[in-house]
Amino acid sequence: MSVLAFAEQRGGVVRGAALETLTAGRGLADALGVELIAVLLGPPALAAETGKLGSYGADRVLTGFSDAFAEYSPEAYTELVAKAAQENGAKAVLFAASAQGKDLAPRAAARLEAGLASDVTEVGVADGRVVAVRPAYAGKVFMRVGFTAEPAMLSVRPRAYKAAEAPREARVDELDVGGETAARAKVRAAEGEAKERPDVAEAEIVVAGGRGLGTPENWKLLEELADALGGGAGLGASRAVVDAGWRPHGEQVGQTGKVVAPPLYFAFGISGAIQHLAGMQTAGCIVAVNKDAEAPIFKVADYGIVGDVLEVLPRLIDEIKKLRA
Amino acid sequence: MKIIVCVKRVPDSESRIAKAKDGLSVDTQGVKFVLNPYDEYAVEEALKLKEAAGDGSVTVMTLGGEESKETLRTALAMGADDAVLLKGQPSVDGLGTAEKLAEAIKGREYDLVLFGKQAIDDDNLQVPAMVAQLLGLPCATVVTELKVDGGAVAATREVEGGHEIVEFELPGLIAAQKGLNEPRYPSLKGIMQAKKKPLEEVDAGDAESRLEIIEVMNPPVRSAGQIVGEGADAVPELVRKLRDEAKVI
Repeated sequence: MSVLAFAEQRGGVVRGAALETLTAGRGLADALGVELIAVLLGPPALAAETGKLGSYGADRVLTGFSDAFAEYSPEAYTELVAKAAQENGAKAVLFAASAQGKDLAPRAAARLEAGLASDVTEVGVADGRVVAVRPAYAGKVFMRVGFTAEPAMLSVRPRAYKAAEAPREARVDELDVGGETAARAKVRAAEGEAKERPDVAEAEIVVAGGRGLGTPENWKLLEELADALGGGAGLGASRAVVDAGWRPHGEQVGQTGKVVAPPLYFAFGISGAIQHLAGMQTAGCIVAVNKDAEAPIFKVADYGIVGDVLEVLPRLIDEIKKLRA
Repeated sequence: MKIIVCVKRVPDSESRIAKAKDGLSVDTQGVKFVLNPYDEYAVEEALKLKEAAGDGSVTVMTLGGEESKETLRTALAMGADDAVLLKGQPSVDGLGTAEKLAEAIKGREYDLVLFGKQAIDDDNLQVPAMVAQLLGLPCATVVTELKVDGGAVAATREVEGGHEIVEFELPGLIAAQKGLNEPRYPSLKGIMQAKKKPLEEVDAGDAESRLEIIEVMNPPVRSAGQIVGEGADAVPELVRKLRDEAKVI
């Protein structure tokens, strides 16, 4: 018997969200007294990454490498994960609640006729069965859920677990990918997109802006601050500025955007509508800057400055640069 | 082009939602229910595709109770041709609901099945991909741009820090993300017409749940912190607190 963790990769490198999934899976495997198996699918160059999966707690690694897997292949991945789960008596199968994980996990759950808990923030065992905590209504409530069927399928919210090393010598076995490389849906990466910053849902620090910034041009101040803070900082936006076309929807935080839980969240010129607060109130530390001292955002902020964001931001950028120098 | 759009009735995103007294559900008293915002993009896209093709039909479908008729009527008022109410309760996880929808879709003619990427109540983000799997359809989820050229589909989907493009031949399934289009508002004429459009009722029965809710919890209450000061002069003190007190930078 086993717990399976899908080790998501991109461009031949195992993603940070996958290591967090392994950490969640390691804890669950220990609680159930079974081994943790990482499933790694992608291009052949990934062979160099298997050691990393052992370092983060995998007892075994099942690899499925093919040139046809240079990009995500929904149908093939579904079959390979489902077969791996069946052949290894999986009690649970974990995915990262990432773009790929959220596409793959439901397909695999349907294939295995199993229940799926999405975006879980906690996973454990109670009375011999797998239980999990997950947000609903964009985090306005949380639910503790228990599985009534096996395997328990889970997608783990990015940043809910901190990737922790648990080194061991993982045995590597190959999956038979022969019959699974033909697919009706073909995926290719969009061209001309340079990924400079982490996604808002996965960033260590989120620098978010709202209407209070005045114009879309002022976003260069948020970019400068994110640059000064370092590589782990991503950009976020309120619904108002996304609806106004100032920022892409991928940056929206809140109920019709992304729900985020970074260790540090900056809200600049964001008043704090219910739907926005629901999307960020589980952040570790919240800093709010707003000229309206009565803005609801201050009710959830750990630290606040009442003032014009356009005056506060340049000073903050300077101070952070000094600190980092 | 024949299109089926699956929709859901959900509380408006501005609603206050809290756990109910039973501790196993949410209190929806006084809450305004709407057509799930992501489903509006799906309905709009279906209408645009039908208009571009010059013929075809748009059928909206939901699994729910009597009250879901109002949601179907909203989609009919936007311009959908007919509606199907599968009478029964959705499951806690997505699979039971997906099974009911897949069963109902299987018996119908269609080129494309459209969904919103997720319902903003349970936030499962599961049902569209599950229906695709159950029906053996190619699919793309979280789609921000859709091109349909004859039978060939190119769907742009959002991934971390960028996009990827999923290509397949119809029939297939698409789950819509915000940004796909600007949903139209139902016109007064549309609202009047919607009352006369066909709404089929099917006894689907309750969907099977493979998850059970043990407890509904309110999120941890965050207490307001401190106002460090006013204006740019407060910045050095803020930075000191972030470094020494909160230890986050």
